[in-house]
Amino acid sequence: MGKTLAEKLWDSHLVRSAAGEPDLLYIDMHLVHEVTSPQAFEGLRLAGRGVRRPDLTLATEDHNVPTQDIFAPIADLVSRTQVDTLRRNCADFGVTLYPMGDKEQGIVHVIGPQLGITQPGMSLVCGDSHTSTHGAFGALAFGIGTSQVEHVLATQTLPMDRPKTMAVVVNGELPAGVTPKDVILAVIAQVGTAGGQGYMVEYRGDTFESMTMEGRMTVCNMSIEWGARAGMIAPDDTTFAYLKGRPHAPAGGDWEAAVSYWKTLVTDPDAEFDAEVVLDAAAITPFVTWGTNPGQGAPLSSSVPDPADFAEESDQVAARKALTYMGLQPGTPLRDIKVDTVFVGSCTNGRIEDLRASAAVLDGRKVADGVRMLVVPGSMKVKAQAESEGLDAIFTAAGAEWRQAGCSMCLGMNPDQLAPGERSASTSNRNFEGRQGKGGRTHLVSPLVAAATAITGHLASPADL
Amino acid sequence: MEKFTVHTGTAVPLRRSNVDTDQIIPAVYLKRVTRTGFEDGLFQAWRSNEPDFVLNQQRFNGASVLVAGPDFGTGSSREHAVWALLDYGFKVVISPRFADIFRGNSLKAGLLTVVLPEKIVQRLLDDISDDPSTQVTIDLTEMQVRWTGEVHDFELDDYTRWRLLEGLDDIGLTLRHPESIDEYELGRKPWLPSLSDTLNAT
Repeated sequence: MGKTLAEKLWDSHLVRSAAGEPDLLYIDMHLVHEVTSPQAFEGLRLAGRGVRRPDLTLATEDHNVPTQDIFAPIADLVSRTQVDTLRRNCADFGVTLYPMGDKEQGIVHVIGPQLGITQPGMSLVCGDSHTSTHGAFGALAFGIGTSQVEHVLATQTLPMDRPKTMAVVVNGELPAGVTPKDVILAVIAQVGTAGGQGYMVEYRGDTFESMTMEGRMTVCNMSIEWGARAGMIAPDDTTFAYLKGRPHAPAGGDWEAAVSYWKTLVTDPDAEFDAEVVLDAAAITPFVTWGTNPGQGAPLSSSVPDPADFAEESDQVAARKALTYMGLQPGTPLRDIKVDTVFVGSCTNGRIEDLRASAAVLDGRKVADGVRMLVVPGSMKVKAQAESEGLDAIFTAAGAEWRQAGCSMCLGMNPDQLAPGERSASTSNRNFEGRQGKGGRTHLVSPLVAAATAITGHLASPADL
Repeated sequence: MEKFTVHTGTAVPLRRSNVDTDQIIPAVYLKRVTRTGFEDGLFQAWRSNEPDFVLNQQRFNGASVLVAGPDFGTGSSREHAVWALLDYGFKVVISPRFADIFRGNSLKAGLLTVVLPEKIVQRLLDDISDDPSTQVTIDLTEMQVRWTGEVHDFELDDYTRWRLLEGLDDIGLTLRHPESIDEYELGRKPWLPSLSDTLNAT
């Protein structure tokens, strides 16, 4: 029997495999940021260990970054200490760091692909659950905890039990105004937040094949939101074209050798998945969340659900609790929900195509009175690119705030937060209680819906304008 | 890591599903660079906004076992969630289902996460709510959870169980076979990305 893509990636990284033990996997690239690494470096010091492969380790600053003045010292002393700690650790252990203010700085999951560091066939980890993003290149990529960060720093390997495999199959052309974000939100609403648990997921079908690399990254990014260990898409000409010429992409004779290897990274025709989920692209419409987990979503054209309508009692309880937190009544059309803030950014939707999509909707229009709109590029490179295309001028003319690169309001570790009771439409990945600020209420949306919502002041798609 | 064999203590009923890591510890507490002292962030929003939240009820003071609804620990990879539970005094969390990354983190950091069927977890929730002094025993040698009149087996893979029983450090275990890592590195594709140029430049 043939192998799935996930199985090929797994097998090609086996350092050791023994009965009764987890497999030991080699890690080709380890991305590091300031939040989940300090205790790992401290662990190395206490044990008298070094970093085995500093050349396969790359650090940046993203979670704490103030997006208003990235060149000034961070005002929040605790944040500043965390960033300073990363700088000291990288200097002590010989790790490359792109700090705030550097032209390569940005969210880890934006800068890896941008530098050509994320490539097909690799294994890649980071102390961040959205590491699944890199699976868009046909790589085995997953988030890890701080104990594992220390393990990879010390050994460049990870002991892991092999997950099962699942296919998510979507075929057909997406209707106009429907984006990769809507596709993944629809998938999560169908399977639930635990639907992918224990699986490495491969997104298959011509809907994904037609997506750009940035769209594929949005899809793979949210794999963790439905519990999957990793999400991936087989590499193809779109992948190769994206990579060619990037700073760390193979060059010269290596390029041909690499491409011919990358072309083998597809699921064999006779391979079998342990599970399969199928969606029809033509049936997907702009999708938003109404609750407090990413599975609590619905088409924008529908209404806030009645908790009593859920089949499972646990879902009813969860929905009631979510609606209380969100301050929403069953039956309210989702389009009638007014927002205070719109956030465009994050490792899910902070790339250049996302900014272009939002800007195209905002061009010549104004952000509604009383609505605050933040646009935060995923990296300094994305920011520079957007500015060279004049997107920043479109955003600021519309009344939005144009910021510097970082995780920003996705999780509010920096000053970009919602006030208690405030409601946002956000292109990020999590609508958990308090995620964007204590008491804040989050609706997850696509960059198109975010822009239309900013203009109307309530949840809307560009078709509503 | 401390060895884990048998633990007995009182328990707290957390009747919520999908308890995500942002609820276990909000992001604002993740700015610290130390490994201890995260107990003040544990369930911070619920503790401060809900006077009758279980951890605010005196009758559950001193509990060392947390019993929760399904899908505990969804969301981010922050190991701080595990540290916050440990620092607060929890040794064990029991739930019908845990999110993968949280589960992995817990078993590496020495917080035992035990999966029991939903019906049994429900019974345990009821029993500890009725009588908060109920002593719950989690026995890793016998692979059982026991409380008043109840005995239930649970599963954990042999390797993780052995590691917890012996209190072994994962890194130390991997470094018992350094030659296999050296050997693997010899066969890596020559074009794979490396930061060596950047390192040499600085």
